[in-house]
Amino acid sequence: MTGTVQQADYNFAYLDEQTKRMIRRALLKALAVPGYQVPFASREMPMPYGWGTGGVQVTASVLTPQDRLKVIDQGADDTTNAVSIRRFFEATAGVATTTRTAEATVIQTRHRIPETPLRDDQILVYQVPIPEPLRFLEPRESETRKMHALQEYGLMHVKLYEDIARHGHIATSYAYPVKVEGHYVMDPSPIPKFDNPKLSDCPAIQLFGAGREQRIYALPPHTKVVSLDFEDHPFEASRADHPCSLCGATDTYLDEVITDDAGGRMFICSDTDHCEARRARGHRGKDAA
Amino acid sequence: MTTAALTGGFETPPLGSALAFRALLDVMARPGTIRRIEGAAPPAPLSRAAGAVLLTLCDPETPVFLGGAHDRAEVRDWLAFHTGAPVVGAGHCAFALGTWPDLAPLSRYAVGTPDYPDRSATLIVEMPALAAGGVTLRGPGIRDTASLPLPDPAAFRANRALFPLGLDFIFTCGDDIAALPRSVEVL
Repeated sequence: MTGTVQQADYNFAYLDEQTKRMIRRALLKALAVPGYQVPFASREMPMPYGWGTGGVQVTASVLTPQDRLKVIDQGADDTTNAVSIRRFFEATAGVATTTRTAEATVIQTRHRIPETPLRDDQILVYQVPIPEPLRFLEPRESETRKMHALQEYGLMHVKLYEDIARHGHIATSYAYPVKVEGHYVMDPSPIPKFDNPKLSDCPAIQLFGAGREQRIYALPPHTKVVSLDFEDHPFEASRADHPCSLCGATDTYLDEVITDDAGGRMFICSDTDHCEARRARGHRGKDAA
Repeated sequence: MTTAALTGGFETPPLGSALAFRALLDVMARPGTIRRIEGAAPPAPLSRAAGAVLLTLCDPETPVFLGGAHDRAEVRDWLAFHTGAPVVGAGHCAFALGTWPDLAPLSRYAVGTPDYPDRSATLIVEMPALAAGGVTLRGPGIRDTASLPLPDPAAFRANRALFPLGLDFIFTCGDDIAALPRSVEVL
């Protein structure tokens, strides 16, 4: 074996070759039918369901030794989930890792799309908890399959309409359903709806893995992805109406951080790499040290 | 079986297949793109690219159909030793391999079902030449338009009309591959 620092205890990227072939075949079919959920024989991974077992299996199947991997958990590179998955692939695939979006070739993400625009040499792998957008409206898999086959998505519009009837606007703020190339309705994973516009016409390959639910789906580059809405209630990519307290950005998705028990709070960029890069360039928010 | 069947696989299968799959992923995600795919040395008449595709994707779970001149003992032995894939008739295959005339008619292959459009065959088409240009393509994976030298544009238009059912195509020639998923419109 040449040029790798892989630990010999594991096959490259942990999974056995038969499993990777099965996942790779599913990925190619997923790219051929954008937005359609391809069933796959998800394996037990050395981490609990809900920690990104689907994303990890997809990442393991696309990694090459030359890749540079970035892992984010709700935009942050330094949370437990992100750090442990990064270390997992450092140990089992011997790949280089990074926290900078611009330097990464493969990015595994839980619930965010990086603020830095993606390029055509990058692959974005989403961790997906519930891949079926219709699941909470129709629990039977046999029925949701039929609904997708017939493009029977009226129920989803009724759900969005009920939001309007109850709240005066579409209150769905994350996992906001999208329509892919005018055909399949797809769950973009629990990304905030602020990120939805970035799904469409993205130069990078977007792959979605749901481990517990055993589904893989994909968006090829430059795929048209439209967030569902109504003519009189158009889709709106919302964010908290504040600048970032650390870098002052007014165009990023913000996390609200409670700072004391007297109502104190601050809003900071959810994308830690983007926020750090801005601060390094001299941008300062009101709470920056 | 001769000992020739025992050679010509990836030197290091986990790394060889990882690199080959990235080329495959890239061409399937970006129809019209032509990429090199390396590492296989299959028996004639298989191209090295077609050999690498088979090594990367086929195993005992994927029945393979060998069309025309590709259905010969050397190829069957090589495929059996390196992948364990069973060789079957066109109607039951997950992958079909051959030149365009050998693979016709396309109506023989599984195109998936409305509930499971992924249960369709992938055709590996051995091409006499594979270079940029040819028929104009439009659809997912393509910014504006792309092009590929397709053997029979009308057949691909008919395949596109079946969407979301349909066949997916991988074109091979020498060390090069390209792909045409069913989602792409052939102008």
